[in-house]
Amino acid sequence: MGEAIVVTSGKGGVGKTTTTANIGTALALLGKKVCLVDTDIGLRNLDVVMGLENRIIYDLCDVADGRCRLNQALVKDKRFDELYMLPAAQTKDKNSVSPEQVKEIILELKKDFDYVLIDCPAGIEQGFKNAIAGADQAIVMTTPENASVRDADRVIGLLENSHITAPKLVVNRIRQSMVKSGDMLDIDEVLQVLNIDLLGVVPDDEMVIKAANSGEPTVMNPDSKAAIAYRNIARRILGDTVPLMPLDQKKSAFTRFKKFFGMG
Amino acid sequence: MAVKSSRYVTIKGIKDGLVFQFDDQCEFNDLVTELTYKLEHSHQNILTGPLVHIDMKLGNREITDEEKDTLLDILSQKGNLIVRSFDSPYEEPVEAPLPEKHMVKTISGMIRSGQVLHHEGTVLFLGDVNAGGTIISTGDIYILGALRGMAHAGIDGNEQAVIAASFFSPTQIRIADMISRPPDEGESRESHMEFAYLQDGIMKIDKMANIARLGRDFNVFKGV
Repeated sequence: MGEAIVVTSGKGGVGKTTTTANIGTALALLGKKVCLVDTDIGLRNLDVVMGLENRIIYDLCDVADGRCRLNQALVKDKRFDELYMLPAAQTKDKNSVSPEQVKEIILELKKDFDYVLIDCPAGIEQGFKNAIAGADQAIVMTTPENASVRDADRVIGLLENSHITAPKLVVNRIRQSMVKSGDMLDIDEVLQVLNIDLLGVVPDDEMVIKAANSGEPTVMNPDSKAAIAYRNIARRILGDTVPLMPLDQKKSAFTRFKKFFGMG
Repeated sequence: MAVKSSRYVTIKGIKDGLVFQFDDQCEFNDLVTELTYKLEHSHQNILTGPLVHIDMKLGNREITDEEKDTLLDILSQKGNLIVRSFDSPYEEPVEAPLPEKHMVKTISGMIRSGQVLHHEGTVLFLGDVNAGGTIISTGDIYILGALRGMAHAGIDGNEQAVIAASFFSPTQIRIADMISRPPDEGESRESHMEFAYLQDGIMKIDKMANIARLGRDFNVFKGV
């Protein structure tokens, strides 16, 4: 029996879909059998980020309504044999499935997969309820901005009152230079407010945008700092103890050279 | 009927009288039977001699006035027994309830964005009140943690209510009908353990150590 993890945030645009795609791919990279489930019915994106849009035949709603079998709707990834995606319907809305139906589908998926990652839509309405229904654990995404922290706090409150007891936090898009200048909340400030366990910190990285546009998860590119961060998160999900990576900008060869001579 | 050995009624001698201890679980009738039996069949002259003061201890039994009279009647059959006290949790005069001020309810947890804690009376909250979260009380609010959200004390119009927090950084505070918020400028102000109160209809904030000078109904400690 696998584990179902929902990736949620409350606020939109903090990186739920990107994170789902990247953690899922990273887990597959580590040899796990993974299924990504998009519950953002009507505004599906996960397929685009994964570059699997053109392979969709059936979707979540088709499975829920019994128009197809579950494994007919699963889309196999281009890169990994053990990575699948269950897309959301684009032509319907959130009310077209019920939390019970989603729960049943997730339960079915957990039998075949080590990890089922559920991409939650923004908001705390029906779509959110659908997404968390089948999940055993939750990853709450936030960016170091007050608005996003506020929404994450709201979502954590809702999760704590649901069957999911201890959500974990991922702080996305941190810019160390701005934190240093005091223009961005730092990790400690975010943690102080939200008061839950930190699962990982993902630095702001242009590569992520580039990768998402080309339908290739960032995590495949080992040169990207965000990719390393996502891989670390995946390892922590597997139970490894991985220290937070230093967020400071990589020093150029010249600065290191200067430092060596006591000039830096 | 043979009475089982003293199961329900225990008679104990104390320095200046006797204590009748009654079982508080059995049937009331059993008590009556056994008490009568003990008084009738006791050969100890302590029950027939000079005047003896009796303390009645009923434990947790709740008895009606009639039942109480029944017991007293049995005892009065022995002329030398004077009931000095009748001890039952329900017989004791009801103590005047403590003023609301001094009845503090302790609640722990975390009030997150969108959550509301509503309390009647004075509340001591152990944990944080996050921005977007609300704590409301008819009495005082004391927070052992950070106050980042909204606190409303004395909602029923109690202008004497105060709001205190270890880390006082609210988005808004309300006491009775008065609403106040921190100033827009100087946002990086250090937050300390502080409290808010109303004075002449104006919201004021002071450091915790000065709360005793407020002249409210606190138990003020005065050293020697």
